[in-house]
Amino acid sequence: MFKKIKNKISEVNRDMGIDSRSREVYGVTALFETPDEIMYAAGETVKAGYEKFDVNTPYPVHGMDDVMKLKRTKLGYATFIFGSLGTITALVMIWFMSGFDYKNLIGGKPFFSVTPSIPIAFELTVLLGAVFTIIFTLFIFNKLPKINHPLMDTDYMKRVSSDKYGVVILAEDKKFDVAKVKAFFESIGGKDVTIVYEFQYDELSARKAIFNPKFIMLMIAAAIVTAGITYVSLNVMLNYQPFNWMQRQFKVNAQTENKFYSDSRGMREPVSGTVSRNWKNYYTQGSPDSSLIQLSNPLPVNKQTLELGKQKFETFCSPCHGYYARGDSRLNGQFPNPPTLLSDKVMNWKDGNIYFVIVNGQNIMPSYAKQTSDDERWAIIHYIRALQRAQNAKDTDFPADTTAVKK
Amino acid sequence: MNDKFNKTGKIALILLAAGLLLMILSFAADSKRAFFNYLLMFVYIISIGVGSLSIVAMDYMTDAIWSTPFRRIAEFFSASIVLLPLLAVPLIFGMNSLYEWMHEDAVLNDPVIAHKSAYLNSTFFIIRLFLYILIWMIFYFLITGNSQKQDKTKEFKYFKKNIKLSMAFGPVLFFTLTFAAIDLMMSLLPHWYSTIYGVYYFAGSAVGALALWSFTSALLTEKKLLHPDIKPNLFHSMGTLFFAMIVFWAYIAFSQYLLIWYGDIPEETIWIHVRMQNGWQYLSAASIFIQFLIPFLVLMPGASKSNLKVLKYTGIFMLAAHYLDLYWLVMPGLKRGFIFGWNETGFILFMVGFFIMVFKYKASKVSITPIEDPKLEHGLAVKLYPDISID
Repeated sequence: MFKKIKNKISEVNRDMGIDSRSREVYGVTALFETPDEIMYAAGETVKAGYEKFDVNTPYPVHGMDDVMKLKRTKLGYATFIFGSLGTITALVMIWFMSGFDYKNLIGGKPFFSVTPSIPIAFELTVLLGAVFTIIFTLFIFNKLPKINHPLMDTDYMKRVSSDKYGVVILAEDKKFDVAKVKAFFESIGGKDVTIVYEFQYDELSARKAIFNPKFIMLMIAAAIVTAGITYVSLNVMLNYQPFNWMQRQFKVNAQTENKFYSDSRGMREPVSGTVSRNWKNYYTQGSPDSSLIQLSNPLPVNKQTLELGKQKFETFCSPCHGYYARGDSRLNGQFPNPPTLLSDKVMNWKDGNIYFVIVNGQNIMPSYAKQTSDDERWAIIHYIRALQRAQNAKDTDFPADTTAVKK
Repeated sequence: MNDKFNKTGKIALILLAAGLLLMILSFAADSKRAFFNYLLMFVYIISIGVGSLSIVAMDYMTDAIWSTPFRRIAEFFSASIVLLPLLAVPLIFGMNSLYEWMHEDAVLNDPVIAHKSAYLNSTFFIIRLFLYILIWMIFYFLITGNSQKQDKTKEFKYFKKNIKLSMAFGPVLFFTLTFAAIDLMMSLLPHWYSTIYGVYYFAGSAVGALALWSFTSALLTEKKLLHPDIKPNLFHSMGTLFFAMIVFWAYIAFSQYLLIWYGDIPEETIWIHVRMQNGWQYLSAASIFIQFLIPFLVLMPGASKSNLKVLKYTGIFMLAAHYLDLYWLVMPGLKRGFIFGWNETGFILFMVGFFIMVFKYKASKVSITPIEDPKLEHGLAVKLYPDISID
């Protein structure tokens, strides 16, 4: 099975001209048996004055850089340049997005600030430093998009990628001479000394195919069409309004830009040195004991207060507790039943405790801190007290003349 | 070996005497400021001593071969731990002028300090302080003792013992150093807290200890006082670790700042707020360059990590930077704006003399190379890059 596929591949390769090599010499190769031999061979090659040569080993051999007299790699500089490019890209990108093009107020922070941009700048530095270095150096040094290398698909490469060590002296070396190099390799103990030929690049037109003007034009056209369709479908068609039913309103939404103010922020801060009048800091939040001790109803009992309390009670409390605080609303019968506020338990509660429950909620009752102001809560408490007293009225509660009528 | 350090010993004695004199004058002139300086000196000596011991532990724990020829230098500097109990005594007398939570009226009137008073009180503070020092001393005597015993007895068991001890020292170090940083420095502002504070102090200590270590190693290699087989390319790993720790410090410092910046809660921003006014803002801005960007760019090229001169000057530079770092942590507690004058110089001179003296004393007694260490031979054979000659 595998053999069949392999044969088929080599057949196709032959048809495409990949196997066909020109008579132009690429270099001369020699194989060695042990790491010590290859170290010696590399040293001798340097001594003989060859400069354009390479060593192929199945694994990295320590000390080979020294023996081959290689200079320190310049890759670090490329990484540094691309990394710096990443930093600048990230900062400019964030500035453009959040400080210029789409200003969005988040948490009262400046639109653009260096501090929160640093993690992103760091990530892009690493990303571009790694990826761009690899991509660009691959294109430059490996001459991509070249799809093959003269050493590939030779017996030499098969051996040095499994169990042998090899040296290749390239034809571009100044001292290169096939006969002399062959003799030199044999003198230092090289085996299987062979000549490797270049590919016929005219037939192997992969490079040309990619840089073909027609192909490039096709790719550009495809890119323009794809981008255009994406833009139209996402940015134009999705926002198309057949009827403008109050979707566009000329108002300042939360966290949007407003050119009216010099800092372009729609959301305003309160004037410095002022406090909101109907807002009170509630220090005893979360601790029922201290609210029992510290809080007492500050409002006087009068008609105005009770009317406010009635209005707010019927708006917020009555849906569950009922209009007369009996717990007999339409929710009665569902589990759990809304409790009556006329029980002994609530009757004996202090006002601070009811206030605590309104602000913090209790069991499944949610907090009503956002719906009610401080005064409204106390007014509700007065109204609850009035309801409690009305439902448990004693004779003494009635004015003298009404008692007489009743009798 | 003994004679070679005689001259440095004399210099150290002069520095110690001059420093002591200036310190006494400083205490006489302005005792509160002097106590803050004393605290700064104390945490600096802790950071170098414990940091050096952690380098020794790192050598054993990670089985590193490149650090073995220089390990004794770190061992010598970690000997400053032994003198910590003595140095802690004046601190106890200064607690009242240093810490707000020591004042009875503060505890009574401030609910936050009152809430923390179970932890922040003088008795428990002193007990903890000496407990940390005791733990460090135990590990110091065990680890360096074993290392020195190996020189004499040539037995392998001490090496194995030290590996286990170093592994135990790791977690112990993180706990003790974190709590020491919280006690000594974070409690200067008792309302404020930061969970990364201990790591911040540890990162600074690692930078300081590595700076002193690489500076001394490079200097002694240049003067040919270390093992004759040491070549500059051995320093590459040391430079890399130094570089890594500088980046680590910046990472931790930035993490702390970013979270406070984002949270924007008054009880957290107060600490940054103090350091953003009255002259402190210039030191805060400069520290980005001094402690991170300059050494980062200097140590980044591969060649400069194994360059003795670069390591030497970066070491000295980072020792000063580490001083500024701790200055930035401690001195705003004085609430007087940014100050730097003759009051500070005495403590710096004393500190420099102290480290030279500790090193000289230990070097006169113990061999500067761990001759019998099984890793030494491999360490000296480390070869990373083409040789760079010393001259």
